[in-house]
Amino acid sequence: MTDISSDIVQSIVAAKRELPGALLPILHDIQHALGYLPGEVVPLIAKQLNLSRAEVHGVITYYHHFRQTPPGSHVVHVCCAEACQANGSEALAAHARERLKDSDLTLEPVYCLGLCSIGPAVQIDETTLHARVTPEKFDALIGALGERS
Amino acid sequence: MSITVYVPGDSAALALGADEVVAALTAEATKLGSGFRIVRNGSRGLFWLEPLVEVVTDHGRIAYGPVTAADIPGLFAANFLTGGNHPLHLGNIEVFPYLARQQRVTLRRTGVIDPRSLGDYQAHGGGKGLDLARNLAPADIVRMVTDSGLRGRGGAAFPTGIKWKTVLDASTTQKYIVCNADEGDSGTFSDRMQMEGDPCCLFEGMAIAGLAAGANKGYIYVRSEYPHAIATLNAALEAAGDWLGEFRIEVRKAAGAYVCGEETAMLESIEGKRGIVRSKPPLPAISGLFGQPTVINNVITFASVPDILAQGASFYREMGVGRSRGTLPFQLAGNIKYGGLVEVPFGLTLRELLYDFGGGSRSGRPLRAVQVGGPLGAYLPESQFDTVLDYEAFAAVGAVLGHGGIVAFDDTVDMAKQARYAMKFCALESCGKCTPCRIGSTRGVEIIDRISAGQIDQIELLRDLCDTMTHGSMCAMGSMTPYPVLSSLNHFPEDFQ
Repeated sequence: MTDISSDIVQSIVAAKRELPGALLPILHDIQHALGYLPGEVVPLIAKQLNLSRAEVHGVITYYHHFRQTPPGSHVVHVCCAEACQANGSEALAAHARERLKDSDLTLEPVYCLGLCSIGPAVQIDETTLHARVTPEKFDALIGALGERS
Repeated sequence: MSITVYVPGDSAALALGADEVVAALTAEATKLGSGFRIVRNGSRGLFWLEPLVEVVTDHGRIAYGPVTAADIPGLFAANFLTGGNHPLHLGNIEVFPYLARQQRVTLRRTGVIDPRSLGDYQAHGGGKGLDLARNLAPADIVRMVTDSGLRGRGGAAFPTGIKWKTVLDASTTQKYIVCNADEGDSGTFSDRMQMEGDPCCLFEGMAIAGLAAGANKGYIYVRSEYPHAIATLNAALEAAGDWLGEFRIEVRKAAGAYVCGEETAMLESIEGKRGIVRSKPPLPAISGLFGQPTVINNVITFASVPDILAQGASFYREMGVGRSRGTLPFQLAGNIKYGGLVEVPFGLTLRELLYDFGGGSRSGRPLRAVQVGGPLGAYLPESQFDTVLDYEAFAAVGAVLGHGGIVAFDDTVDMAKQARYAMKFCALESCGKCTPCRIGSTRGVEIIDRISAGQIDQIELLRDLCDTMTHGSMCAMGSMTPYPVLSSLNHFPEDFQ
């Protein structure tokens, strides 16, 4: 972790440490700022919140949302829950794995985006949503990412 | 008077290109020198028509859909700003059959108003429940909620008034109101639509609960998969200012653990810990968040309360059947032609929802299985489609109504695969506290794999395992995973051979 990152973490912890149940809000803010939760943040947060390192590590590893390593240039979530399965998400997920296997994008399953009538659903980088995604549409979405980056 | 155009900002509309439609509208308007105001409303929940663009005219809100950015020049050419005719023209949306046949109560403003405007909310009847509650004794508020017959809409269907009374009767100074917005069940999106389309109604319900139970602090625990809902909630809270008086609401972002939809795991998570299920008793109403008495309800439960106060308990209780009173916003999902939100009183049959509203499968093939109530709900075969939508009627056929999510599958579905997925999902999401869930789910996947490989004698072992999970698990995660597994096995045995 660089000095700058360390400063960011310190200021996030300072801003939120008085919240009741501050750990999750702090972890969210750090991940939002750095893209992931580097191992070095664990002792730092533990000290500030008067927790053991094991408790902080335990929370980070318990939740699917938190990542301990930097993600790729974009994070692609393909919904794999039942409503999307009913519309062919398994084939889409298989296609996505093949399409992205040598790319620098991070592909992860997600279990429901709340777009259950218009599946299969795909989410790119948290906020961009896509519905009724066919393999062809998926390739177009990925192609558009490449042009931007 | 300037013209108002509504383009939904709901996640589903965004996924179908609503932002691109807004960009095209703005660009074309600039080109033509046309002036109008764009409001980003929620969605009315007619997803095959999203993005659904509405224009306010003298003849009501005239809708066009599904609109793409490419349709915009044509819409201007057809004078859509005055309700002009066009192939996408749907007429006055309020009388559109899919909506007109519903009885929207809880979500009646969703898709109608600007969700970030308190003024718009109040102009559409919002706020009256809270005004009334402020002049009532806590016990009288609780009595109204009890008399309405409202039961928890998160899935467990526990009588809301009884829960509130327990917290009211607890004698501590600090109590909490917690809204469970961890809508993790596949096939459900009514919480999301309510939060993105009419968040003030949720705030009002929580504030009324605060007055009833004696709590001045509320939390809304929202799943991290819903970033747009979180943004709308925070924006609406800010816009609401001090409307709620002493009552303070804070939005907490979850972190992608399905089991945190279980109420005690959710409390652990808000407290900053791993979302591990707690032993009950004590009930959260006695010892909940930070050890204090806590009212925990789902989004739709809280959002149903303002109307119960404003229109009276009997208004709500008169709708429904049996012990299922009021309305439930059903969510038609999966392989269905007209998927969307259908809020109706309890009492229709599943078949009426699937065909009269849903129009059958999207693929055009026959519907074979329908999962009701999320990943922990049973799969119903065609022979059970006439089951009445009522908590007790579903329990009687070994199924659950849950949060009202309905996922349709056509005849290409492999039910052994769906049963395996249920066990796999449980293994993935189990919090690990109790053995039947943590170990049983993994063993369940293995047993189903052996059955699929031809070892039919393992079916007995699978039933035995399900029995252990049902009766030995600490919460619904482990104890209800057998619902999709056993219903698949019982109704579709041919898929296991």
